[in-house]
Amino acid sequence: MPASLTSPSSKGLRLYGSEFASRFLIGSAQYPSPAILLDAIAASEASIVTVSLRREAGNSKGAHKEAGEGAGQQFWSLIQQSGARLLPNTAGCKSVKEAVNTAHMARELFSTPWIKLEVIGEDDTLQPDVFGLVEAARILCAEGFQVFPYTTDDLVVAEKLLAAGCEVLMPWGAPIGSGRGLNNPFALRALRAHFPDATLIVDAGIGLPSQAAQAMELGYDAILLNTAVAKASDPVAMATAFAQAIDAGHRAFNAGAIEPRDMACPSTPVLGSPFWHVDHD
Amino acid sequence: MKIQLNGTHLDTEHNDLAALVSALGHDADKVATAVDGLFVPRTARAQTPLHEASAVEILAPMEGG
Repeated sequence: MPASLTSPSSKGLRLYGSEFASRFLIGSAQYPSPAILLDAIAASEASIVTVSLRREAGNSKGAHKEAGEGAGQQFWSLIQQSGARLLPNTAGCKSVKEAVNTAHMARELFSTPWIKLEVIGEDDTLQPDVFGLVEAARILCAEGFQVFPYTTDDLVVAEKLLAAGCEVLMPWGAPIGSGRGLNNPFALRALRAHFPDATLIVDAGIGLPSQAAQAMELGYDAILLNTAVAKASDPVAMATAFAQAIDAGHRAFNAGAIEPRDMACPSTPVLGSPFWHVDHD
Repeated sequence: MKIQLNGTHLDTEHNDLAALVSALGHDADKVATAVDGLFVPRTARAQTPLHEASAVEILAPMEGG
């Protein structure tokens, strides 16, 4: 773990009253092997790993046997080895009813009030259905869930999610798995400026460490990503690269960047310059 | 009785959800359940009857992003 993240002067990531040293939340899907998944989680230094639910085949003799039997339990045993806190999602849900019921199933199965709330409204972009999202968030917050809504960068939707009881917002950078980076830095900057006290996490669309650093330089609190690490040629090395970029972006934001300008401004002091600025008659 | 289990047809003689989960060989504490689109808590499975054409979901942990 980088020394800065454990130093007393460094504030951690706050999520519903808990504090975490790492600002990197990592997904657990699409890795080449279970061993690489665990190694990538370790290399990322992430304290939080996203998980999901799957249909589980039975184990009884002759009854409803399918390939992949017991895969869910194998994954459960594996992911517990990571020691990470789990953030279950409602991936694949397209209605409020589906999302709310999946959230309840996740709460029972993973013994956590945390839920990454996804209500998908469009198949090509996997864009959130923000109307359903807000409605589901209201229901789940009222039922005691601690909701991490996967949303767009829309300011009004963000306001409604916060009013519903969400303390964390997770706007997309770009469509899930696209690797496009931050499609709309202006909107993300506006979101940060309007909600200085909310925990904001860019979730989805990040493809490169530099894009993650860019989001952190905008003042975002954390990054959640999966595909960019899992599908890299070397997921473990990429996890390290993202961890360093996220840390660097966060340090840069706290350090206070200069304002860009159009014209040059000499960095070397001109006072007392030698003869080459003297007029020669 | 014919039901839908995780989207697949199944003939079963079990009349409640707890009996079905057990008959399928699941550890009751390691799966989550729903019937007809509604979550059924672990503690309510024995009191949840199954009917002809009931749609049962039995879910377990999986990887996710």
